[in-house]
This record gives sequence, structure tokens and C-alpha cells, in this order.
Amino acid sequence: MKKYKEVSIDSTTQRMYERAQEMGIETVWERLEKQQPQCGYGLLGVCCRNCMMGPCRINPFGGEPRRGVCGADADTIVARNLLRMIAAGAAAHSDHGRHVALTLLIAAEMAEKFKKEGKPVLELDNMASNVLPYQVRDVEKLKAVAKRLGIETEGKTIRELAREVAEVALHDFGKQDEEALAFLKAYLNPKTYEIFEKAPEKAGMPWFENGILPRGIDREIVESLHRTHIGTDHDPVSILLHGLKTSLGDAWGGSLIATELQDILFGTPQVIKAEANLGVLKEDYVNIVVHGHEPVLSEKIVEAAQDPELLELAEKLGAKGINVVGMCCTGLEVLMRHGIPIAGNFLQQEMAIVTGAVEAMVVDVQCIMPATVDVARCFHTKIIDTSPLATFPGAIHIKFDERRADEIAREIVRTAVENFPNRSKQRVEIPKEKMAGYVGFSVEAILKHFGGSLKPLEEAIVEGKIKGVAGLVGCNNPKIKQDHNHIKIANELMKRDVLLIGTGCWATAAMKYGIFLPEYVDTENVGPGLREFAKEWGIPPALNMGSCVDCTRMLVLADLIARDLNVPISALPVVGSAPEAMTEKAVSIGTYFVASGITTHLGIVPPVLGGPKVVKILTQDLYDIVGAAFIVEPDPYKAAKLMYDHIMKKRKELGI
Amino acid sequence: MPTDSKPTIFINPAKCIGCRQCEIACAVEHSQSKDLFSAIFEDPLPLPRIHILPMGAYNVPMNCRHCDGAPCVEVCPTGALYHDEDGAVMITPEKCIGCKMCAIVCPFGIPEFEALNGVMFKCDLCPDRRVEGKLPACVEACKTGALQFGTIDEIVSNVRKETAERIIRLKEGTYEEEYNGWDLFRSMYAEIIRINEGESK
Ligand code: SF4
Ligand code: SF4
Ligand code: SF4
Ligand code: SF4
Repeated sequence: MKKYKEVSIDSTTQRMYERAQEMGIETVWERLEKQQPQCGYGLLGVCCRNCMMGPCRINPFGGEPRRGVCGADADTIVARNLLRMIAAGAAAHSDHGRHVALTLLIAAEMAEKFKKEGKPVLELDNMASNVLPYQVRDVEKLKAVAKRLGIETEGKTIRELAREVAEVALHDFGKQDEEALAFLKAYLNPKTYEIFEKAPEKAGMPWFENGILPRGIDREIVESLHRTHIGTDHDPVSILLHGLKTSLGDAWGGSLIATELQDILFGTPQVIKAEANLGVLKEDYVNIVVHGHEPVLSEKIVEAAQDPELLELAEKLGAKGINVVGMCCTGLEVLMRHGIPIAGNFLQQEMAIVTGAVEAMVVDVQCIMPATVDVARCFHTKIIDTSPLATFPGAIHIKFDERRADEIAREIVRTAVENFPNRSKQRVEIPKEKMAGYVGFSVEAILKHFGGSLKPLEEAIVEGKIKGVAGLVGCNNPKIKQDHNHIKIANELMKRDVLLIGTGCWATAAMKYGIFLPEYVDTENVGPGLREFAKEWGIPPALNMGSCVDCTRMLVLADLIARDLNVPISALPVVGSAPEAMTEKAVSIGTYFVASGITTHLGIVPPVLGGPKVVKILTQDLYDIVGAAFIVEPDPYKAAKLMYDHIMKKRKELGI
Repeated sequence: MPTDSKPTIFINPAKCIGCRQCEIACAVEHSQSKDLFSAIFEDPLPLPRIHILPMGAYNVPMNCRHCDGAPCVEVCPTGALYHDEDGAVMITPEKCIGCKMCAIVCPFGIPEFEALNGVMFKCDLCPDRRVEGKLPACVEACKTGALQFGTIDEIVSNVRKETAERIIRLKEGTYEEEYNGWDLFRSMYAEIIRINEGESK
């Protein structure tokens, strides 16, 4: 069994892990230990299960077998497996985006129906009525997105516009023509667009129509599965080019749609102060943890938790109130928009339950461990699954339906409240630690903060006060001491005057360590240039841009800078990193960062090392094809150095 | 009765699913870096000392038996092969003249010839791991229990118990065709079911 200090640098996780051990509760770290040593074929990516002549595996030590039954060699197998990972990651993000687009359409349709029925609802035209489960909360953003998409806005009601935007988005998913995605065309600067068009020629494969410009979000994912079917595509180069294309469908399609339409429906995040870590759970309150990825549900839970009737019930049952807190990206969504505190990142999901103070963990999709149900069995905690896509054996199923959102959200909250009397007070131990920070740095909020344009930031970069920008994202992975690499890389970069922007579980890690407080600039972890800039503008040295689907905010920001400087994104002194990557979504994000021109570091070795050609393409050849490539480096200090070197190289090329 | 206290690796072909994890773990253990990701880039490439031989319905893991009166040790003209203090049969590459006599006399065909250095190599029961009190790399890697590390007493008493159980079941008619051994999946499933039943009891 691991010592508690080995698993995390977060003291709340350390204590809860120790507590789990005392109670004999198995957690992610024990399960990882039982898997050791992990399958070498799997780790190297040289195992193929794509047909029933297999499974096949290639001997990584040079001996036989060198080929699968069909004749596929290590590089083909590795490339195919990687493409499948990208496709799965893009599918997860994009399906989330589709769900949001459908919700916007449902909202518009319900508004139209109400209008026809002549229901006496206020301000129905701008859909701010509280009779509807979902409304357009950010009319400005709706108009801005519509304009970008070339939709005429004059003389249209809000619900008409909402419908049209939703329809363009949904069209992008199922489009069958050869044109690039409408969202991509609306958001991407021409110089980068050109690189996408020319990439296949540079790779020596001009037959890729439209280059690596994604045509349909779903189509590219389906084509990934087609290409990787036995006997189809065997050249690692063309397999990987399609990987870029698929990931770009996620970046400038599925994920972008998720972010933009969520802003329209729930409001665009603005800078706001909030708190993070397990200490946000409250002793005498009904604690509800919303966990997963989709705000479509959690927004309603937050609302239902303010329902006077349910609050009264909570009081009647002996609680002081209802405390909704977030976990993972669902948590970041409600944190960014409402300042709802976030209880932790990926590796804290079991830990939250181990406090013994959680009445319900309400889960939707992605990154929710089925083990939460097992840990919950040791306490009174109820796991409530809500997505028709995600069912957890042993959980309570209250499946969500947008049309009856309010009713269902209330039922969920009621279930949690009614569970409060089952809490055993002696078995509660909530760690005290929590940390405040400023969140809500959407692109719009950043622009507003800098007085309407990115000029001040760009000037600071040109002057060299800030050397460049690093986008940090994603995940915890139990193979790495929780948050260790997140924080080390962040500090190492900030010391070198690199401004950080970030999302996902990295952002939660950073917040727990106080990096989102303006005071953090006075620590030794921030270089003088960045310190001066941050002080001048009253910002922390790192900006929280939201959930992992919101990585597109970073792309949009990079796009704006590229436009201002009249260069492609790949020319900017910008790097990306997923220091503790874990999911297939992270593989898709990493790939679309690179495809979009942002050289990206991975702190976990992805399952590609078994294919030497594939490794070379990913870490070298891509520089010639799209102007960026992957850096794989488990050591956070070395990684930060490599990222910084890349920034300096880009500065030199730009002549600044 | 005095018994053998020297532990060794026992193989159970009925439990081997042929994943070859043991081979990978063995090669990594015998690499310079002892890390998979670096080992595959080493020159010379590390080699496994255990091999899985598919034999009809079964996969048979084959590695050194570390025999007590080891014919390989006896026949080695230079004393390159020897028993170490744990009883493991070891080889000193510097002394090996590559005459391959050990391979000729080994009843299991274990010692292999490494062409690059012209010397023999074989399973050494993972000496570095022994010092640390760890299981041999192959045994740790084998998740099905096809490889087990223990003294002959421990293993024999386990086998005795398992066989006794099997006899009872055979008598009860619940254990009939399990070991007819012609159908890989049937025998694998039977083993899995048997283990699960044993656990849920
Ligand atoms: S990765 Fe392949 S070889 Fe490894 S366990 Fe899975 S199927 Fe077997
Ligand atoms: S596709 Fe080829 S390599 Fe893969 S399992 Fe089938 S035969 Fe083996
Ligand atoms: S005991 Fe060690 S040397 Fe022998 S086969 Fe197993 S891993 Fe290889
Ligand atoms: S690890 Fe075990 S099951 Fe797998 S091939 Fe080796 S002996 Fe067989």
C-alpha cells in the first residue's frame, strides 16, 4: 500500500486517502497497484484487436512476431490505435456539443410553442422567461455567434436567432458535402486555414481532399473507424493526417459548439472570485457534488438547490441549507458561471465521498469512475446517474430530459436532501483546506479586462515583458503524484515570464494552490516581467478559462492574436501542455492543439512508442506539415525548459 | 521429514492465457534501464528468458527449472554455470566459451545462445529482485496465476488441495468435461468459473 504522501501533493487528498486506508476502502491507487506491471504491449500501442483473426501483438524487442495476422506492422498498428483514441476523444467532446446544440434548439422550439399558445410569459422574445427550462441568457453572445456564422440578425427575434444558430451547429455534425465546417470557417484565421489546406501536400499525400479541414464532425469520426478497420488504411502518415482532421473537427467543431452555445444558454463567464478544494464541503449542510461534464444538467441542479420548498425540507430534516459543489469539468462549468465552489479534480472524486459528508454525487458523463458507487457503499452517499448515455450499476438512476429539466432537477435535489438524516455524524471528517481564486476568464472577459482588445497583452509579448503564453490542460493520472506536475510546470513557466491560461483539472489544481490569486505574483514562482504585467492589469499570473471542452477558448484567443499579428497560429510564441494526461479526450485536445499550430507537451507517455515511424512523425515531421509537434517528457522541470525553448525559438522567428 | 526450502517458479499451463506479459516483464528486467519505454530503444535489445509455447489447447510457459543436480552445471567445462547461494542456476558470461554443451544436456531446452557476444544466457531467477525480496518479474507480471513462486511444499500442498476438490466435484458430476483439454476456451472458461465459484463461497 502506498504512503499517503506518495499519492498527492494535496493535503486534503493525502488525509482522505489515509482515511480510506484506515477504513479499508479500496481507491484508485490500490487498483493501479494491482495492475502492475501494466501490459507492455498496451503501453507501447502494439496490440491490435481490430479483427477476429487477432488479437495480435508485435514483439517490441525485435523478435517475432513482427506482423499481425493481416500483415500489419508495429507502425500501422500504433497509428491505427492512436487514431481510434483521437476519434473516441473527439466523439466524447462533440457529443457533448451536440447535446448543447439540441438543448438550444429545444429551448427555441418551446419558446415558439409557448408564444403560439399565447401563454402570458414575460419577455418571451428574448427567451428570458422563467417558465422555460432553458433560456438565452446571453443575447449579446447569441448575436455575436450568429454574426460570425453569417446569419442575418436584423429584425429577428431572439428565439428565431437561437433556432438558426442551433441549426447551423447541428448541420455541422451531420454534413455530407466536402466543405469545411461552418463553425471552423467562421472562427479560423485565413493564414492557419491555408496551412490546413496544404498539410497533405507537405506530407506527400495530396489526395486528401480539402486538406485536413474537417467536413462533418460525425463524418470524420466515422471515417476514423472506417480507416482503421482491417485491411483499409495502413500508411501511418495518412492515418495520422486523418487523425489531425478528426481532432480539428473536435476543436473547431464539437468542442467549440459546446462552449459557444453553453455561453448563450447559461451566460458567458465573467471574472468572479470563488473557492476550491474539499474544504468547500460543509459540515451541517446537505452536500451535493455535481460531477462529470455537462452543465445542461448541473445548471438546473444549482437552480433547484435554491428552491424555497426544498430548502425548507432541508431545514426540517436538520440541515442548515443545501450546499452544491462541483467536481471535474461539470464543477468548472458552474464555477466559471456562478462561482459555485469546486471540491476537486479527477483524483478527488472518491476522496469527496470518503469525507462521509456527501448526500449525493450527481453524475452525468465522462471521467466518472464506476468505483464511486463502491466507495459510496461504505457511507450513506447516493450516486445519482442522470445521463441516458451513462448508467452506473449500483447507482440511483434519475435520467435527465431537457423538456422536464426543472422537475427532474428538483427530484434529484430532493433525493439528496431526504438522504441527509442517514448521514452518520461520527463518520464525517471534512478536511479544512480550501483556497480562493479568480475564475471566469472567458475570451470575452479577457477582452473586457484589457479594455476591449488584446493590444496590451500583445504589446507585453512583443516588448518581452511576457515571453509567451502556455495553455495548460486536463486530467490527473494516478501514475503521477496528484497535481505535482501541474504545479511544477506552472511554476517553472511563470518563473520564466510565461503567462498561463488553462482549463480542466489543471485549472482546479492551480486554483487549489492559490495560483489564481493576484497575490501569487509576489511569490518567487513568478518572474519579474510577468509580475509587472499582472500587477499593472490586476490579474493573477494564470487565467482559468474553464472546463476541458473550453480549450476552444484558448484556440479562439490564439486565433485573435494571430489575426492581430497577421500570422498563422503556428508562428506565435504559444505552447500547450497536458502534464498529467489521462483521457482519450486529452489525446484529441493534444492533437488539435498541434494541428492548429501549437506545439504541445505530454507528461504521460502515450501508447505510441512501439511504432518508431509514428513517434518520428508526431515529434518531428509534424513541424514541417502543420508547424507544430508533440513534446513527450515525463520530468516536469525538463518539460518546462523544452516548452520555454520553443517559445524563445518562435520569438526569434518572429523577430521579437 | 526434511524438505526443500528453495523456492522456484511453478507453471500451470491450464491457467496460461498466452498474453506473453511474462516475456515482456522478463526482457525489461534484463535490460539496462529496467524501464519498458527505454528498454525498447536499447542496443543490444534485452531478451526474455521465458517463452510461451502454444501446445494445442494449452500454452506452456517454459523457463529454467533450476534443477538440483543440474546437468548444465555438471557439463559446463569452464564452470561458467553454477548454483548461487539461493540455489538458482546462474551463468558467468565472462567464463562462457559458447560450446553450447549446457543446451545439449538441458532436458527442457532452456539455455539460449546470444550470437552477439557468443555466450549462453538463461533464466537467473531475477537476482536483483531477489535481493529486494520481490517476486521474479515474470511471476509478478502473470495476472492469471499460471506462474507461481514458492517452495515445493507450498506448491504441492496447493495442487493436492485443488485436485482433491476436483475429485469431489467430479464425483458430484459438476466437473465433467473441464479438463478434456481440446477446446481452449472451454478449458479457460472452466478454470475461470472454478476460481470464481471458489471465491464467492
Ligand atoms: S493491451 Fe492487448 S495484449 Fe495487453 S492485455 Fe490488452 S488485449 Fe492483451
Ligand atoms: S487487424 Fe491485423 S493485426 Fe489486427 S488483429 Fe486483425 S490480423 Fe491482427
Ligand atoms: S525468473 Fe526472472 S529471469 Fe527467470 S524467466 Fe522469470 S523473469 Fe525471467
Ligand atoms: S504472463 Fe502468465 S498467462 Fe501470460 S503468457 Fe505468461 S504465463 Fe501465460
